[in-house]
Amino acid sequence: MPVEVKGGQDVRSFVRTLVKEQGSEKAELIPILHEINRELGYISDEAIQELSDRMHIPTSHIFSVATFYRMLSTEPRGRHVIQFCESAPCHVAGGRQVWQSLQKELGLENGETSADEKWTLITTSCLGVCGIGPVVIIDHDIYGNVTPEQVPELLKNYD
Amino acid sequence: MKAIRSMVLVSGDQVSLNHGALDVFNALQQQLTAFGLEEEITVSMVNDVNKPGLDPLVLVYPDAVIYGSVTPEDVPHIVEEHLYKGRVVAEKQISPYDLTGRIAWLSARKGTLPAEHRIVLKNVGLIDPENIDDYILHEGYEGLGKILREMTPEETINQIKASGLRGRGGAGFPTGLKWQFVAGAKGDKKYVICNADESEPGTFKDRLVLEGDPHAIIEAMMIAAYSVGADEGFVYIRGEYQLAINRMKKAVEQAEAYGLLGENIFGTDFSFKLHIHAGAGAYICGEETALIESIEGNRGEPRPRPPYPTTSGLWKKPTLVNNVETLANIPALIRNGAAWYKAIGTPSSPGTKVYTILGNVNVTGLIEVPMGITLREVISIYAKGMKDGHNFKLAQTGGSSGSIIPASLQDTPMDFDSFSKAGVSLGSGALLICNEEVCAVDLAKVLLNFFRFESCGKCNPCRIGNRRSYEILCNITEGVGTEQDLKDLQMMADQLYQLSNCGLGQTAGSPLRDILAHFRAEVEAHIKLKVCPAGVCPMSGHRAFEID
Repeated sequence: MPVEVKGGQDVRSFVRTLVKEQGSEKAELIPILHEINRELGYISDEAIQELSDRMHIPTSHIFSVATFYRMLSTEPRGRHVIQFCESAPCHVAGGRQVWQSLQKELGLENGETSADEKWTLITTSCLGVCGIGPVVIIDHDIYGNVTPEQVPELLKNYD
Repeated sequence: MKAIRSMVLVSGDQVSLNHGALDVFNALQQQLTAFGLEEEITVSMVNDVNKPGLDPLVLVYPDAVIYGSVTPEDVPHIVEEHLYKGRVVAEKQISPYDLTGRIAWLSARKGTLPAEHRIVLKNVGLIDPENIDDYILHEGYEGLGKILREMTPEETINQIKASGLRGRGGAGFPTGLKWQFVAGAKGDKKYVICNADESEPGTFKDRLVLEGDPHAIIEAMMIAAYSVGADEGFVYIRGEYQLAINRMKKAVEQAEAYGLLGENIFGTDFSFKLHIHAGAGAYICGEETALIESIEGNRGEPRPRPPYPTTSGLWKKPTLVNNVETLANIPALIRNGAAWYKAIGTPSSPGTKVYTILGNVNVTGLIEVPMGITLREVISIYAKGMKDGHNFKLAQTGGSSGSIIPASLQDTPMDFDSFSKAGVSLGSGALLICNEEVCAVDLAKVLLNFFRFESCGKCNPCRIGNRRSYEILCNITEGVGTEQDLKDLQMMADQLYQLSNCGLGQTAGSPLRDILAHFRAEVEAHIKLKVCPAGVCPMSGHRAFEID
C-alpha cells in the first residue's frame, strides 16, 4: 500500500530528498531514520530499500539499527501511541495499578495496536519526568501523577 | 575579574527603551561614580524583561529587589539609599510575583534550601537559556576567555586535576586524568563528546542543565577541546529530550553567530565545531563505547575495552567522553580556580552533587549540595520527611545501576569513597526513597525487568543472566521460590559482575547482590514462609516460569 507523505511525495522520493539534504554519511543514518519514523509513523520496507540504495548501506544493517532503538518502529502503529513508564520511580509511586487500568481500558497488551488502528500501547523506560510519577505519555502530551481512575478520562481527549 | 558586591540590571527591551531606559542607565552610571561605587557595583542592560506598565525596571542583585517604573529622577535616591546605605526604597519596589516568565528566577532563588550550593545548577532557572547574552552576563564564556588568553592546555588540565573533580556519570573517574589521557594520545584528530544520554531511571539532572543552561555545556566542551587538542565535538542527547535538543541547537547557532564557535576563536589558533546528535531510545547508549557506535550510525552495542575511547574512540580517534554534570562544573572551576573547588565537598570527592529526590517522601525534586551529605539529612531536611508518617526502609541510588541502600547505611556520607567502602554505589544521583510498604524483592524484580529489556544482547552473561534472574524473582514473588533460587541469584549476581562486557551487565547484578546482603530475611520469608512481609507480591502459588 503506497503511503503518501509530505507534499504528496511517495515514500521513495521522500527518502531521496532526506538523503540529499542530510548527506549519505553513515553517521546520518539514525537522524534520517528518525525523520522517516516521524513522517510515516514507522519505517517501512520500502523506505529501508530506498535508503539502502541511496546510502550504500546493506538493508540488513539498516534493519538491525531500526529494530535496536526504542523510538524507531518497523511496524505500523496506531494513530495515538501511549507510552507508559515502567521504571522503578513510577512503579513505587503506584504505577502498577495505572498500568493495569490502561490495559483493561484499552483491551491491549504491551506492544499491541488496537484493531481500529487508534491506539498502540507500549511500555517505556524512564522518561526523565520522575518528579511527577506515575507518568503516561500519549503522543507528545505528558500526564503526571496519574491515578487508575483518571485513565478513562485521559483517553477521552483523543479521537 | 573584579570583585563586585552588587549587580544592577536595567530592562532594555524595546518598550523600556521607549520609556527612557537608556536615560535611567546613564543616570545610574553617573550616580554610582559620584558615590565612588563604580568599582564594586556593575550596571548592565538586560534584554526582554517584558513587564509592560512598570518599565523601565531596575533590578538589584544579590538582594533580588526590583524597582519600577524608574525615571532618571528616581535614580539618585535609589543609589544613595539602597546601593550606598543598604536600605531598600520600599515605595518604588514592586513584587517579583508581578513578573512572569524570565523573572521567575527571583522566586527560584528565594526557594533555595539551606546548605544548598549551586555550581552545576547556578544559572538554571535564573537565566534565559535561549539568549546567549544572558549567559554572557552571568560570567558566561569567561572561563573560555581565560584559558585561551592566559593558560596553556597543560595548565588547564593541571587545574582540573588539582581540583579533584571526578566524573559525575556514575563511576567517579578523575576527570583531569581522563583529559590527560586524551591529550597524551597520539593522533592529529581528536573528539570531545558530551554524554547527555541520561537514561538512568529517576535521573533528570542533565535534562535541567541542557534545558536551563545550554551555553555552559558548550563553554565546558570548548575548554575540554582546547585542553586535549580536539577541534570537533558531539553532544549526544537522548531522543526523548526534545526540548533539550532544540535548546542546544539554538545555543550552538547563537555561539556560532557570535564567533564563539568556529574558526580561530578569540583570534587564537583554536577552532571548534560542535554537533548536536539525538539518540533514538536505548539505555545502553549511556555507556560510552555504545554511544560512540550510535553516533557512527550503528546499533548501540558496547565495544570491548581496551582500547579505551581515550586512545581509540569515535572513528578510531582519541575521544574524550564526559557527562553533562561533570562538564557543567568546568566553567566555574576554571573561573574560580582549583583551590576554590577543592574546598567544597569532601577531600576525596570535592564539589557538589545534584540529587533527584523521589519516592515516598513529602517533597520530591532536585537539589545540589556539597558531596558528603548523608541520606538521613536528605530525607529530613530536603525531602521534609517520609510521607504519611511511614518509616524509611530503603533507598535506591543512582537509577537502576546504583545500589539498594538499607536504613543502616543512612548515616554514611554520600561521596564516592565512603560509599564504595560501604560496598554500595552512588551512581547517577537519583535517590528513590522507599517506605516499609515497598517490597525489596518486588523492587529488584522491576529493576531486573528493566535490565532484561535494555540489555543490548551482545554478550551472553547479560542477555541470559538478566532474563533468568528476572524469571527467578518472578517465581519468588509468586510464592513458588526454592532455596536453590537463593544460590542461583547469588551466582547470577557474581557472574553478571565478573563476565559481562560492559558496565550495564556488570551493574545489573547489584540489585540481586544488595537484596541478598541487606534484605535476606525478607527474601527468605517469600521462599520459606510463602509470605510477602510488605504485602506487595501476588504470592499466587502459580509458577510463572519453569526453570531447569
